[in-house]
Amino acid sequence: MRFDSPAGQNPIDQMKVVGRPHDRIDGPGKTTGTAPYAYERHDVVANQAYGHILGAGIAKGRIRSMDLRAARAASGVIAILTHENAGRLDKGRMNVARLLGGPEVEHYHQAIALVVAESFEQARAASQLIRVEYDRAAGQFDLHAARRAGVPPAQEDKRVGDFDRGFAEAAVRLDETYATPDESHAMMEPHATIAAWQGDRLTVWLSNQMIAWTAGDLAKTLRIPKENVRLISPFIGGGFGAKLFLRADTLLAVLGARLAGRPVKVALQRPLIANNTTHRAATIQRIRLGATRDGRLTAIGHESWSGNLEGGDPEDAVQQTTLLYAAAHRLTGTRLARLDLPEGNAMRAPGETPGLMALEIAMDEMAEKLGLDPVQFRILNDTQTDPGNAQRRFSQRQLVECLRVGAERFGWNRRQARPGQQRDGRWMVGMGMSVGFRNNLLMKSAARVRLDGRGVVTIESDMTDIGTGSYTIMAQTAAEMMGVGMDRVTVRLGDSSLPVSAGSGGQWGANNATAGVYAACVKLREAVARRAGLDPAEAVFADGMVRAGNTSRPLAELAGAEGLVGEDAIEYGDIAERVQQSTFAGHFVEVGVDMATAETRVRRMLAVCAAGRILNPKSARSQVIGAMTMGVGGALMEELAVDTRHGFFVNHDLAGYEVPVHADIPHQDVVFLDEVDPTSSPMKAKGVGELGLCGVGAAVANAIYNATGVRVRDYPITLDKLLARMPEVA
Amino acid sequence: MPGSPDIGTSRRDVFLAGAACAAAPGAAGAHAQNAAAAEAPSMTGVAFTVNGTPRNLVLDTRTTLLDALREHLHLTGSKKGCDHGQCGACTVMVGGRRINACLSLAVMHEGDTITTIEGLGTPGDLHPMQSAFISHDGYQCGYCTPGQICSSVAMLEEIKAGIPSHVSGDLNRVALSEAEIRERMSGNICRCGAYSNIVEAIVEVAGRQA
Repeated sequence: MRFDSPAGQNPIDQMKVVGRPHDRIDGPGKTTGTAPYAYERHDVVANQAYGHILGAGIAKGRIRSMDLRAARAASGVIAILTHENAGRLDKGRMNVARLLGGPEVEHYHQAIALVVAESFEQARAASQLIRVEYDRAAGQFDLHAARRAGVPPAQEDKRVGDFDRGFAEAAVRLDETYATPDESHAMMEPHATIAAWQGDRLTVWLSNQMIAWTAGDLAKTLRIPKENVRLISPFIGGGFGAKLFLRADTLLAVLGARLAGRPVKVALQRPLIANNTTHRAATIQRIRLGATRDGRLTAIGHESWSGNLEGGDPEDAVQQTTLLYAAAHRLTGTRLARLDLPEGNAMRAPGETPGLMALEIAMDEMAEKLGLDPVQFRILNDTQTDPGNAQRRFSQRQLVECLRVGAERFGWNRRQARPGQQRDGRWMVGMGMSVGFRNNLLMKSAARVRLDGRGVVTIESDMTDIGTGSYTIMAQTAAEMMGVGMDRVTVRLGDSSLPVSAGSGGQWGANNATAGVYAACVKLREAVARRAGLDPAEAVFADGMVRAGNTSRPLAELAGAEGLVGEDAIEYGDIAERVQQSTFAGHFVEVGVDMATAETRVRRMLAVCAAGRILNPKSARSQVIGAMTMGVGGALMEELAVDTRHGFFVNHDLAGYEVPVHADIPHQDVVFLDEVDPTSSPMKAKGVGELGLCGVGAAVANAIYNATGVRVRDYPITLDKLLARMPEVA
Repeated sequence: MPGSPDIGTSRRDVFLAGAACAAAPGAAGAHAQNAAAAEAPSMTGVAFTVNGTPRNLVLDTRTTLLDALREHLHLTGSKKGCDHGQCGACTVMVGGRRINACLSLAVMHEGDTITTIEGLGTPGDLHPMQSAFISHDGYQCGYCTPGQICSSVAMLEEIKAGIPSHVSGDLNRVALSEAEIRERMSGNICRCGAYSNIVEAIVEVAGRQA
């Protein structure tokens, strides 16, 4: 189904099932521990051996020698994989560093060996017996030092109007620099794989967000036909971008299985994950804002420095700044330093997360300079068109409504404009807000829908559910389209032998994957109507029946013993170029900062979101509160500490890399504004999973400033950065 | 404290298991360096009850309780998130008390009564806490969920038993509150960030119990 003009009325608009809060259909499996994750498939193949990965002990250089003798001789060891016996390997399209290192080492904890043994304990013990000698090479590990030395633009800067003149001539100016640290996805389930060869055919059970990308990259890396590779990933214990790509657990399990001549299972050890896999790269951002005295922005400049390995991309922290606020004179650009730290890549809302952490502090600072309320300042500078192209409108842009509703609900009028004025016992209390912004992305997505003789509808797609609720919203879509109850729908996902979906990433999963189901259901409805001798355009599907005129037939009877199938994909024309599709939020946060210790506690949080039709308000709300929680982490605690001498992230486990726990998070409120966006797809939905994170960090930072009068521009805002500057209090 | 009669036994087992554990890799390491000869792992029999079923296993003494459950008994509901006691995904109940199964060697549990998520309820017969997690959407990816549920069931018993926490105002009179729940559940990380919903699920179950 080609989608290149706004959707008209369609069966989804009935909203009998779609748009209603529905418990997750995978809930009973997840809550009873019976939903099977990648490493747990004892049922799928016999004789599984255990693999344990050895990570490189240097950041850059060469392996001079590897002494495997003791490890080989250790009890239970079946095989040891290294670059010397791995065979000739290509590299995946999406990979920057090679997943099996040696003799060259490209980053710390790059995998350099896999020990395969009869038991986990034996594989782990033997891996410790490998003696590796390295020739260490000098590397660049310090983004701040690289920036001082000079970093070229990653791409050509984007300019609108004349930024230099506009900024120079502005009546009120702000020019500040902000820093965000390297962050780790820290999803709860480590990357894990079971790999089994049958001759030249390969089956892989893994934990992966993008099945088709990864199947393609695995085949490419192994230099075998993609048809020979099957990936199965029905349950994924979180990803946040860490599982978008083929990673070392999969490649090494596959190579280990070939070497050992039997199935091999590998889970990436938790202490390897931060340095072995990808992370959100640190940024340094310079923001310049120019405004008239009455608060209208005339100039916006946003430059961001980040680092990556050779071939890696910049963290695009400026992308929202091209679209978010009106101003005639604009400059945005990224600068990319070559660093020898592990690969920087997508983590939940890449770009916007660090970008808004900086921009939305700058907006708070500018509002204060102008003597304006931060909410009013943003409303004043709203734009309904692309600031770089006035002919191009936003499909929907309810940002002002998000802010107004949020301010009202949160009691924003109780905020003291002057910081440090509100106390609650030992707590200095403050409120902060920020804008949330994230684009809506359109991706081709296919599905197959089967109807059987019992009237059961089965959806088949390689779509993944990483906790986002894909199973449930895809079932809701089919139930609405086919006029059956949710108990009549089953969903099979995460299998590369099924139609290729949009996958999970970039908050594009929900809208595109359900639109793919919609397209397949349109085909199935046609097949059902034809068999019933009805005009598909006239046929109404409800209560397990199809009817038109005086004819009414049960779906089960029409499907018969052989069943009926519909298969199709949603494919988009240039609609997203003609109108700008984005999602918007207002984030509001209240914090208390301990007047003696400067410990920050989040007391209240509210997000008001405008993101098209909300397919399942229950799971969508969970996406948003989860993202808000990650935003608190980014504001207050999350930071991969860089050892700039040896080039690695020091706090590479869940004890050292702190993420929010129960005690850090209060009750959270979420409001979804009524919205349908006919330009997004027949579902008229957009993404929310990343929107919920965008801007939260700055809202917390601004609340801390409002509480204390201390402005911190260097995340995370830990108490050591506040303590010395805390106000004297009686 | 609940289960205290067992503590003596467990502690003795810790020392025994610890000694065996320390000896095995040391010996293997020395051997490997000298003669590069494999030494069979130190194996020990252990008997305990899991979800009401008596189990007898012969295990490499280095095997954690978590790996005994997941890899030997194929009870994979208990999750391995970190293997270092940092995340709580492996939380199970031993003698009614919650522990991180990854931080405990299986051979330390001779005679113990272990309850895992599979022992609390099944998809067709859910425990009230499992139902509450579903109705409050107290999870997303599901990987921390069995640990959160086991932890919350045991945690409510701790409050009932009057065991105080860091946030208890009065150490002699412990009362259920959201602050107590948040404090006591902080060993169970949920990176999807379902905390607000999890607390509501627990409050609902606690209210029904009270």
